[in-house]
Amino acid sequence: MYRYDEFDHAFVAARVAEFRDQAERRLAGEITEEQFKPLRLMNGVYLQLHAYMLRIAVPYGTLSSRQMRMLAHIARTYDKGYGHFTTRQNIQFNWPALADIPAILADLAAVEMHAIQTSGNCIRNVTADHFAGAAADEVADPRPYAEILRQWSTVHPEFSYLPRKFKIAVTAAERDRAAIQVHDIGLHLKKDADGRLGFAVYVGGGQGRTPMIAKKIRDFLPEADLLSYVTAIMRVYNLNGRRDNKFKARIKILVHETGAQAFAAAVEQEFAALGDGALRLPEEDVAAIAAYFAPPALAPRPEGDAALAAARAADPGFAAWLRRNVHQHRHPDYASLTISLKGIGEAPGDASDVQMDAVADLAEAYAGDEIRVSHEQNLILPHVARADLKAVYDRLVAIGLATANAGLVTDMIACPGLDYCALANARSIPVAQEIAGRFADQARQEEIGDLKIKISGCINACGHHHVGHIGILGVEKKGSELYQITLGGSADEATSIGEIVGRGFGPQEIAGAVETIVETYLGHRTGREESFLAAYRRLGPGPFKEALYGDHAKAA
Amino acid sequence: MQILTANRLLDGEAVWLGPDRLWHETIAAAEVAHDAAAAARLEETGRAALAASHVVDVALVDVELVDGRPWPKRLRERIRAAGPTTRTDLGKQARPATARAA
Repeated sequence: MYRYDEFDHAFVAARVAEFRDQAERRLAGEITEEQFKPLRLMNGVYLQLHAYMLRIAVPYGTLSSRQMRMLAHIARTYDKGYGHFTTRQNIQFNWPALADIPAILADLAAVEMHAIQTSGNCIRNVTADHFAGAAADEVADPRPYAEILRQWSTVHPEFSYLPRKFKIAVTAAERDRAAIQVHDIGLHLKKDADGRLGFAVYVGGGQGRTPMIAKKIRDFLPEADLLSYVTAIMRVYNLNGRRDNKFKARIKILVHETGAQAFAAAVEQEFAALGDGALRLPEEDVAAIAAYFAPPALAPRPEGDAALAAARAADPGFAAWLRRNVHQHRHPDYASLTISLKGIGEAPGDASDVQMDAVADLAEAYAGDEIRVSHEQNLILPHVARADLKAVYDRLVAIGLATANAGLVTDMIACPGLDYCALANARSIPVAQEIAGRFADQARQEEIGDLKIKISGCINACGHHHVGHIGILGVEKKGSELYQITLGGSADEATSIGEIVGRGFGPQEIAGAVETIVETYLGHRTGREESFLAAYRRLGPGPFKEALYGDHAKAA
Repeated sequence: MQILTANRLLDGEAVWLGPDRLWHETIAAAEVAHDAAAAARLEETGRAALAASHVVDVALVDVELVDGRPWPKRLRERIRAAGPTTRTDLGKQARPATARAA
């Protein structure tokens, strides 16, 4: 993992001291809310329905045990015993008092964490494939590049007041697990014919009220040109992005209105003007950063498969968990595993202080001290010996985190929604809980197979509903909650935006509507090998509309 | 009918302006404005409290009276008055004598 150097420590400590002073002056009435609000937002402090909310950056979703324990400590000491992992691979605390936040930031700084640039019109936390550094299908670990982008973008003077917020995601596998095509910039690390590393560069993707799939503007950007090229993109955006209308200020609108080709030409021109200057990445610097991400020593553990076979036969729960929550590691004796934060009836992404401490203990004992947060709001242990999987599973069972549903219908993304969020129009969590309850049966879930449901409580789409195989958007209509369903969205290498299926459903009807959709899929699929998404792409919306609205389907 | 709400500066707690010109943690203690003039008076007090850095996000909320108590028309405000509907062990609803939102 990346470790702070002296400069990093001094910088973060100075920011904590600065915010402490700002908060004290605010509490003393020396500065107004209008003056304070942009300052608190620069430090991740929002005001929500019931309290302040603190959003803490988890760079590219990577945490050490020590850092996770500090998050548990914060949950216990300053909050209400839990935190919420988000679709940006960050964590949010829902109840901190303003007066306590400087102390929280100081605690975070002690473990090399902060909340800088988790809000505001700047470059936000760079996200990455949650299996980075472990996945069998990646060309290299993408996180060193995410870290280079983090260092470059942190308080970057030119890019701290962009037209709007800016999100970058990096993946290094053909199978996109980082949703790069719905980010402002998506980077796909790959190798050219000569084995050199570089990036396919996507730009102008995003969700929100105007969902757009990113356009590929470079098929292969040499590794060394990463910062020059991203700088060129940022400059074109900073100069031409709309500042007159918040709803049209994201780069996706600029790319759409300019046209991808013309936008790419402008970027290439700026890139050429930057030349072979100071932004070119020296090989030794890339190597120095990459060294921080060296994987833990993975000793041969060939005894794993025999032990697993016996344990699998003896424990059906473990067998199900192995089928769903274990991902192939590049080392044959190891695996990456998903710790589902989607227990049936739980709030997606929430973890208690006790659970956070326990996961930290597990990571320390079995996983090279590394934990990941996935954008799907789960935790990952990236490096676990297959021989240890049963021991890890048993300990997860003990803390209620062994739900065997990764990638299944109950592994839903849900934003905090109207239960917490000041922007929301409808609740998300109760909808997720109701749907999870209906599909709780393990055999039924596995029979349905891979299916991603994503729920947002407002059009800002923090719950990624546009790219859910089944997307649910909560709106407010005549003072009541109404849920609109989209079908056929996807956030992988074949990204698609879901299509609205018809009129919305009330809070009492939405889970039933989802069940109808799933039953329709089961009735129409060619076999178990045809996933929901594949079936939808073959069938189109017709059968689903018919099932949901019957004779009224045409009117819907 | 309207009542005036805000969040307390110190901890963000949702509060309502009472007839005693103090900010209360329960919606039941809110003063109900029955006409525009009364609502304007509430707002004036709110502006002063904002300027004095006691509260932030001051806003009028449409309510009706249910059993003589203000009941917000919007679910958002009912949730603010109670707490998360998914965690009834938290927020105001976890304290005695505060109704749940939904």
